[in-house]
Amino acid sequence: MSTMDIDARGELGSARMRWALADCWTVVRRGLTHLIRQPSNIAWQLGFPIVSVLLFGYVFGSAMSVPGGGDYREFLMPGMFGMAMAFGFMNTAYLVVLDSSKGITDRFRSMPMAESAVVTGRGLGDLIGATLDLLVLALTALVVGWRSDGSLQATAAAFGLLLLLRFSLIWVGVLLGLAVPNEEAAGNLFAVAFPFAMISSAFVAPSLMPGWLGTIAAWNPVSSTVTATRELFGNPVASGGGWIEQHAVLMAVVWPLLITAIFLPLAVRRYQRLSR
Amino acid sequence: MDDSRPAVITEGLQKHYGEIHALDGFDLAVPRGIVYGLLGPNGAGKTTAVRVLTTLLRPDGGRAEVAGLDVARQPRLVRRRIGLAGQHAALDEILTGRQNLEMFGRLFHLGGKRAKLRAADVLDQFGLTDAADKGVKEYSGGMRRRLDLAASMILAPEVMFLDEPTTGLDPRGRNEVWAAVRSLVAGGTTVLLTTQYLDEADQLAARIAVMDGGRVIAEDTPTALKDNVGGDQIEVVVRAAADLPGATKVVARVAVTEPTAEEDGQRVYAPVSDRIAALTEVVRGLQEEEIAVEDVSLRRPTLDDVFLRLTGHHTEDKGADAA
Repeated sequence: MSTMDIDARGELGSARMRWALADCWTVVRRGLTHLIRQPSNIAWQLGFPIVSVLLFGYVFGSAMSVPGGGDYREFLMPGMFGMAMAFGFMNTAYLVVLDSSKGITDRFRSMPMAESAVVTGRGLGDLIGATLDLLVLALTALVVGWRSDGSLQATAAAFGLLLLLRFSLIWVGVLLGLAVPNEEAAGNLFAVAFPFAMISSAFVAPSLMPGWLGTIAAWNPVSSTVTATRELFGNPVASGGGWIEQHAVLMAVVWPLLITAIFLPLAVRRYQRLSR
Repeated sequence: MDDSRPAVITEGLQKHYGEIHALDGFDLAVPRGIVYGLLGPNGAGKTTAVRVLTTLLRPDGGRAEVAGLDVARQPRLVRRRIGLAGQHAALDEILTGRQNLEMFGRLFHLGGKRAKLRAADVLDQFGLTDAADKGVKEYSGGMRRRLDLAASMILAPEVMFLDEPTTGLDPRGRNEVWAAVRSLVAGGTTVLLTTQYLDEADQLAARIAVMDGGRVIAEDTPTALKDNVGGDQIEVVVRAAADLPGATKVVARVAVTEPTAEEDGQRVYAPVSDRIAALTEVVRGLQEEEIAVEDVSLRRPTLDDVFLRLTGHHTEDKGADAA
């Protein structure tokens, strides 16, 4: 094996770009191999939303009402999709902290691979995982009688908005994963994730909550995505009529971009500070 | 590259964390083609030194060169010439051994086909071919460390950094790792090995630097370091503690310095210059004084003695937690 030819290739600008993509793909492949070797993980990850569908749809469902009328289960399913995306950052954080505590992050950093690939590979891999999550959840939803009444384009746009939310939360997950000391601490992030997903329009219309809580819920980025997908799917929306709820589709784009603009640089900076 | 140039050079290396000086004027020169031991207690700065040399940490001052390249200015080039195996095996537990090595091979930019071939090579070299397609989760501690070494050997690095590679391993795992390290050096790699275990440095290293408080306090071959502590020691263990003062007087006749007697104990020892003459003299003296003994022995100084002499504390003592 020649070290020389690797040097020559590695230092050219265009070659560097090519290697950055190749390295990113290698890291993504690693995540995909995990899925193949441990398919049960998807089941665990989706267990909570599926159990929630059954609990809220059937156990509490009869006691739930949708302001403005409409079937509660039709109202609930976009909320479930949104909740699964909102919880996703915990998964990202857990995998990031696992790699640091096992020394894998250090091994990557001591290797001549593209530094960006650690982060881009993580992000792309998580998006692929989230797409699978959504697929399984959508199938579950179809089984319990949920339908999208929107056009094909509107339905695709709704799933696109859900993935956009998940994309923006990847950087929150990376930042938290680098900030917490170990896997146990990452598990405790549930205490943050739970209210973040629940104090939203996912299960109950904010207009039914006490005034101040309803305002917080309405301005939660999860709510904008959930309300926007309800509109696009043609499901009951139960809008309270505030500005934020009337501009749900716009805000379902703005919130994730804002979150990405704040947390992507923070996550990159935190990663670079590992060498301090 | 100039083959006579040391594989690793550091000059006045500094790394501070607030008040803690993890590296404080760290100077080192590691010749090519040997195992070089970096020895010191917890908190001496060994791990910090390795992290700076492997480009994981930026130094606050001083200069470090690995394989002729400056670690602060040319980190990417340094990374192509080094291997690192840290205190825990940095492996993906869910993947198989082979999948781990192929992934790292791709990240070393070998391309898919060469990564596969190279993975098979190093698996064979480290005796892991039979376990190659099992998940790493099922590996023993020794197997994990060997796989970890194999992963850092994919590019056949010029300089290999092993940070406490046997900490937490059972004797069998330790022997497996030692054999792997010896085969590395036989293949021409320079190995910088940090360890808390004196016998490990004694077994493997051709030269040793002793670290304390973030700097090197002694550097030599293991034999020379031991010679500097003074020659052999004679040790007498008496049967009855009451005889200890008598035995101490006998030992004092041949000792180079004042003998050390254990308080309320049965043991007295002292350094001697002429080992055989001293042994004969002490045995005869003890017979004349009619002192009953459990044991009379000569022992060569260990690296632990070296350490105690140089730092004033044993290797097990914990220093500041800066490592």
